[in-house]
Amino acid sequence: MTTQYLVLSGLLFAIGALGVLIRRNAIVVFMCVELMLNACNLAFVTFSRQVGNLEGQIIAFFVMVVAAAEVVVGLAIIVTIFRTRRSASVDDANLLKY
Amino acid sequence: MESEIAQITQHTGGVIGSAWLMIAFPLLGAFILLVFNRFTNRWGHLLGVAMSLASFVVAVLAFFELIGFGEGERRRAVELYSFIPNMNIDMGLLIDPLSISFALLITGVGSLIHIYSIGYMSHDEHRRRFFAYLNLFVAAMLLLVLADNYVGLFIGWEGVGLASYLLIGFWQFKPSAAVAAKKAFVVNRVGDFGLLVGMFVIFTTYNTLSFAELKPIVEENGTTLAIGLLLLLGACGKSAQLPLQSWLLDAMEGPTPVSALIHAATMVTAGVYLVVRSGAYFFPEGSGAALAVAIVGAATLLAGAIIGCAKDDIKKGLAGSTMSQIGYMMLGAGLGPAGYAFAIGHLITHGFFKADLFLGAGSVMHGMNDEVDMRKYGGLAKYMKVTFATFFIGYLAIIGFPLLSGYFTKEGIIEAAMEHNQVLGWLAVLGAGITGFYMSRMVFMTFFGKKRWVEGAHPHESPLVMTLPLMILSVGALFLGGYLVMGGTLYTFLRPAVGGDPTPPVFHFASVPGAVTLALVAIGAAYAWMKYGRAEVPAVQPRGSFLTTFARRDLYGDALNESLFMRPGQWLTRIAVFFDNRGVDGLVNGLAAGIGGSSGRLRRLQTGFARTYALSIFIGAALLTGALLLVGTI
Repeated sequence: MTTQYLVLSGLLFAIGALGVLIRRNAIVVFMCVELMLNACNLAFVTFSRQVGNLEGQIIAFFVMVVAAAEVVVGLAIIVTIFRTRRSASVDDANLLKY
Repeated sequence: MESEIAQITQHTGGVIGSAWLMIAFPLLGAFILLVFNRFTNRWGHLLGVAMSLASFVVAVLAFFELIGFGEGERRRAVELYSFIPNMNIDMGLLIDPLSISFALLITGVGSLIHIYSIGYMSHDEHRRRFFAYLNLFVAAMLLLVLADNYVGLFIGWEGVGLASYLLIGFWQFKPSAAVAAKKAFVVNRVGDFGLLVGMFVIFTTYNTLSFAELKPIVEENGTTLAIGLLLLLGACGKSAQLPLQSWLLDAMEGPTPVSALIHAATMVTAGVYLVVRSGAYFFPEGSGAALAVAIVGAATLLAGAIIGCAKDDIKKGLAGSTMSQIGYMMLGAGLGPAGYAFAIGHLITHGFFKADLFLGAGSVMHGMNDEVDMRKYGGLAKYMKVTFATFFIGYLAIIGFPLLSGYFTKEGIIEAAMEHNQVLGWLAVLGAGITGFYMSRMVFMTFFGKKRWVEGAHPHESPLVMTLPLMILSVGALFLGGYLVMGGTLYTFLRPAVGGDPTPPVFHFASVPGAVTLALVAIGAAYAWMKYGRAEVPAVQPRGSFLTTFARRDLYGDALNESLFMRPGQWLTRIAVFFDNRGVDGLVNGLAAGIGGSSGRLRRLQTGFARTYALSIFIGAALLTGALLLVGTI
């Protein structure tokens, strides 16, 4: 059982990472980040169950809290950028460079 | 031993006890004039004169207190304070016949020249600064001669060097004056190097630098010979002796009173003082060091005289003559105690007649719009009667006209040299003959013959403030030599300080060298009359023979220095500059350019695309994880 959960977690993480790397839309990128976080959560919970203590499940709650906070800040940034640039593409916000 | 010098006794109280006032007065004057600069403009020159005169009064009082002591007790040391305690060097003054003679000359002639400068510098807007430097000079020179140890002497030595530098370059807006000042400073450094190293050797050998603690030596050994030669190098630098003579002629760029005070009467004689003061310690009679002194003196007295023959600039002619006369003093100083009295005697009389001549030349320049070329003078005797009369007395004194000052002292040196070494003696006789020629040439070109003035010249006699010092100095030029030499007055007075037989040498009026000298002087003067008195003097300098060019170029001294020291030095600096530019700078600049260039390329990595950064983080994390898995510590 554990293996299947971990494979699913790895797949979800890989999909999330790939999405972060190749998608341009900030919202999608954002959701992919959430996907990666939740893939981690799944791995934590899986290990927690296998080892037989609650620490992994507690950390999963922490991650959820962090993810919720991150959504607040991240969405605010995305909305602000969209208001000034009329675009939600992460590649358009590239002024901070050499 | 009979030539033993007297013991130094400690002294407190009296005028001698406060002899430091002699130095303090002019130093205070210089301080006030330099610190409160513009506020003292109106009365600054009077303060300068007053301070110099105050110093003179102290010197005279100290002199009279000194001769009140018995002959064996006339070396009084006055302790002032502990200077370098862990090396046992105390600062103190030594009042003895030698130093008081110098102090009287410096403050006496110095005061006269201060007074003269009031008139001479009256049109100069920086007169106050001029007097500040003059006072500084007097203070430093007094410290030089009064210090009871070599350290104090050295401080004074450097002080007069500084004052000399400042005063040669007093008109620093003239590039020639600025260059001359620098040249004097640099050449003097060479001499100072000798003096300084000499002091080091003295200290390491005897563990003291005080005159009282050094013991007179009888036999010289390698160390004392080395010290003697090093001190001689120092003396050569300060006294413009061969081979360090080249700065003195250029030093005439300074105002004329400076030439009179520093570069004729006092500072340039510091070398003679050094040799005579160190005489018993490092230049014992018959030693190699003393012989070296005498040879340097004889060579310089001829070189200076030859240079003096060819100069058309009246001050440079006198500078050549100064070199030559100091050569006589050095020759005398190299002859042991017998010569010291005549060397110091000649130094004192020279201080008077050469200051007289220089100030006379200054008076002529003052009346001729600062013209110095003697070819543009001529026939001035009628227009400047006092200047002419005093200059003529100085002239007679310097050529050794019988019974005038220079006659006694110069003849004394020649006679002492004859007893020691015939060759040196006859060289001195020859030098006297040449002196007769070039000084007569100067007098004839300036005061006699046809007028060759440039247009607009209105020669006039100088004011009393300038002619009065001339008159006083010419009185000294008339009688001082006879007073000092006849009956051995100066010899007996100086004997406790410099040593010597109890019986003074007798002055011979009729001797073979004396007669030959007089004959040569007469021939020289007559030849000068034929060439410059009777015949017309060309207003433009003629080409002249090989010998004339040789003398005009200062015996190629500058050319020699240039090719031996300046050119190799320049090559060295050029190599160093090349190495610096290409080597050191190349390394540093290359490194900077390399870092700049590579960072210019590296910063292209900052693209501004968030996804690129995410990729690099991802790859980094993957690599790190992979590495940890590989080493198996996860």
